[in-house]
This record gives sequence, structure tokens and C-alpha cells, in this order.
Amino acid sequence: MAVAGDQLTQRGAAQPRVGWAPWRRALWFHYAFWQRTWKGSIVSSFLFPILYLASMGLGVGHLVNEHSGGVQGVSYLDYVAPAMLALTALQVSANETMWPVLASFKWVRSYWTAVSTPVSARDVVVGKIGWVTIHVLMVGSIYTAVLAVFGTLHSPWAILLPLAGALTGFAFAAPIAAFSATQESPQAFPVIYRFAVIPMFLFSGAFYPVSQLPGWLQPVVQVTPLYQGVALCRTLALGQGALAMTCVHIAYLAVLAAVGTVVCIRNFRRRLEV
Amino acid sequence: MAVAATLRILPSGGFGTRRALRMVERNVMIYRKGWPYLVSGFFEPLFYLLSLGIGLNHLVGSVTVGAQTVTYAAFVAPGLLATSAMNGATIDATFTVFQRLKIEHAYDSVLATPLTVQDIALGELTWCVFRGALYSASFLVCMAALGDAASPWVILCLPVAILTSLAFACAGMAGCTYLRSWQDFDLVSLALVPMFLFSGTFFPISLYPTGIQVVVRATPLYQAVALSRGCSLGVFDWAMVGHAAYLVVMAVTGLLITSTRFRRLLTP
Repeated sequence: MAVAGDQLTQRGAAQPRVGWAPWRRALWFHYAFWQRTWKGSIVSSFLFPILYLASMGLGVGHLVNEHSGGVQGVSYLDYVAPAMLALTALQVSANETMWPVLASFKWVRSYWTAVSTPVSARDVVVGKIGWVTIHVLMVGSIYTAVLAVFGTLHSPWAILLPLAGALTGFAFAAPIAAFSATQESPQAFPVIYRFAVIPMFLFSGAFYPVSQLPGWLQPVVQVTPLYQGVALCRTLALGQGALAMTCVHIAYLAVLAAVGTVVCIRNFRRRLEV
Repeated sequence: MAVAATLRILPSGGFGTRRALRMVERNVMIYRKGWPYLVSGFFEPLFYLLSLGIGLNHLVGSVTVGAQTVTYAAFVAPGLLATSAMNGATIDATFTVFQRLKIEHAYDSVLATPLTVQDIALGELTWCVFRGALYSASFLVCMAALGDAASPWVILCLPVAILTSLAFACAGMAGCTYLRSWQDFDLVSLALVPMFLFSGTFFPISLYPTGIQVVVRATPLYQAVALSRGCSLGVFDWAMVGHAAYLVVMAVTGLLITSTRFRRLLTP
């Protein structure tokens, strides 16, 4: 998983400069690693969302448009497309902050290497969470461009979609990484995946309005972070929705991200700074 | 049952000794500790069924299959049943077998006992099929409980799911002997995810242009989905014999490749 430092130098990755702050070096580590592995990650972070969108948006969308004439005044594809960005943000953050974080503590032990230099546990967290956010921002920018080309965006606010995706990714990455830092084995990860990530993916209003669900389930769905991310992305893409609600979505995600980061730094410190 | 039937056609001797059961027993012992992981796999297709069945049912209205018009939930349920058999069987046949074959080298230790290479292949295969069948059977119960089974023939979905598990377990194990590292598992998801999304699971393949329909009809998951849906809705036609034959051939071919590859990789 981890690439040795000299290997990176040999292959001509951009080098950190003298005088860079430690957190910036921690961030650079992930960038350099990504430079080696982005081709592999593009399958799960970019190709699969597009395939899901094609299957649900076009295939199931055909059935929906025929029967109900679209959803909320737009075609089903246009309805699902922005939500898929929030789902991708969840997917990318969860993938990068579960197994890889535990691996960096236990198997590859690269965090221990990092903290034996002037890089602190806090810098490690800033590097990790910062990188995941940047990664989601990059994926989201390409994804938004694809949506724009296919004419699924209805509002100029859609230009902010990558930022909304990045905020959603940040809001997931921080608390999940905080949790992973407390784990000794990967046993809990598949359970989180199956009982938190996948249900959120399926029930958070990405594929249909929450009003389609039974009444008791609706408030449960509305307090999940993914619902907030989906609603935010959809508001920006379709230009529908009240300003007050949009502020609530942003505030919810920002608070989750901030609290998550604080807890994450605490947990990393506990484990790394004995 | 299906495993034994398939093995009887095989020419190679030494297949199917009772020692293979020791490999199954090994899996049982491993999962006795990791049972939440085993059980949790059942929920994924159920979540899909609940989410799409409830959420999209009104938006999609009804779907026409052959001469029958059914609700979207009844349409999508047998498709999800086939994919749960596929996923249940393939996860162990690829990830777990790869781990034991190339990372832990567990099979090398097994070979130091009276067990043979064929016993290992057969034992692991039996476990994979069991896992696929377990998920399918429990999903079938949920499907019936939710009222998404349109005909009493739905009971035939169980043997279909076992055949599906067998075909995917054999093919998955054969494939995983060629993988070099964990990075290569992108290829596994690259095969499974598009099939999951486009093999008629979520919408009828009649929506595709003719050219793409031909491609979809050639995928293994399509055979399983078509069989499963036919049984669930009680709509039968002769093409289903072809679908079943496809899966049997896939299982036999996969098994032959697996045993050859295992022999090459495990015996010096």
C-alpha cells in the first residue's frame, strides 16, 4: 500500500519544498501516493457512480418518466444526478478512512513513521482529512462537468456542486477516521458498511423523494448526514429549495465536519503520542 | 446436491472424497467467530428490496413481463435474489480464497494433511454455494413475507439460486487463481458491478437498443435473473432451459479450470 519515500523520488513525483509546514508535508504524502494509484481508484470513485447513474437515471428513469412524468418537475435522470455526487462523496470518504487508516496504524504503520519526524498527530489528521476532501473535490468537479455536458443541471448555482460534494465528503471523512483510529481490527468496518453506509445510500432520498417512505421513517432519514448532502447537492443543481433549508444543510454538515475533526485529532493523539 | 451432480460428470479421479467436508468444517469454525460478518451479508439485498420496493413502487407504477403486469417491487425482487446468490458465492470464492491461496498460504498447510488439491477446491466450493444458498433462501422468505412473490412457483427460485451460486462460485474461484494482488480485485468489481446494474435487475432489458440487448443476454447474471424472474412470476418459456444450461456449463468449466490451476499453484 504505502510507497517508500525513495521510490517516490525515483519516479519523479513533485517534491516537498524546504520550509513547508509539517501539515503540508502530511498532505503531500497523500498527494504523492495518489499520483501512483489514481488509475485504480478511478474505477470505484468515478466509473461506478456514472454506471449507477446510467442504470438508475436512464433505465429506471425511463419507467418513472413514463408513469409519473419525472419527479419534482424534472426528468428522473436530472433528479438522481446531483444526489449521486453526494453518494460518491460518502463512498470515497468511507473507502479512504476505514481500512487505509487502520492499515496506517497497524500494518503499514506509516503514521508512526510520520510522528517520529516533526509531523505531529494533528498534522497527520489534517493531511488525511484534507486529502480526502481534496480528492472528493476533484472527483466532484469532473462529475459536475459530465452532468453539465449531458444537460442535467438546471441552475447556475450548480457551479458550487463540487464544493457541496467536498463538504459532504469532509463531514463523513472526519468522524469515520476518528472511529477507525480507535480500532484494533477491521472487523467493525464491514458492519459499518452494511448497516450505515449502504442503508444511507439507499434510503437518503437519492433515488426518490423522502415523502415516498412511510411516515415514521421520514424524520429518521432526515437526520442522517447523507440526506443533508443529497438535499444540498440537489438544491444547487435544480435551483429549487428555500434559502433557510440550504443554510441548515450546510450548517449541519459543517458542524459534523468540525466535531469529527476535533474528535479525530484527539483519537489520533491518544494513539500516536504516548 | 448440485455440486455432487456436477462432479459426477468430471473425468478426473479423486474428486469428491469425503475429506472435502473437512474444508467445509474449517469454514464453519472460522465463521463461528465471524458470524456477524456472515449474517450481515444477507441485509444488503434486503435493503435494496425495501428501498426500491417501497420508494419507487409508486413512481414506477407497473412493469410488464411477457403477458403479465406486476408491481415494481415484484419485478425487482427476483432480480435482487439472483444478485444476492451471485454476490454471496463470489465474495468467498474470490476474496477469501485469494487470501488463503496467496496471502496466508493456508492451503499449503492443508496439503500437508491427507487432503488433496481437489478436496480443497471442492470443500471451498461447497462452502461458497452454501453461503450463496443461505442468503438466497433467507431473502426468498423476506420476499414472500413482503408479498413480492407473484406466484407459488417462486419456490423454484431456490434451486435457481443454488445453481447461480454454483456457477459464480466456480467461475469466481477459477478467476481468482489468476489474480496477482489486491489491486487486481478492481477487475472483480469491474465484472460484478456492471452486471448488477445492467443485467435486467432493475429494469426490463427491452428498454435497450437491440445491439446492447445482445450483449446483456450473453452475461451470466442475465441468465440467473431471467430464470429467477420467470419462476417468481410463474412465466415459463423454453429459453429458460438455455439459461440453465448456460449456468451449468459455466459451473463445469469453472470447476475444471479451478482444479487445474490449483494443482499448478499448490503442488511443487
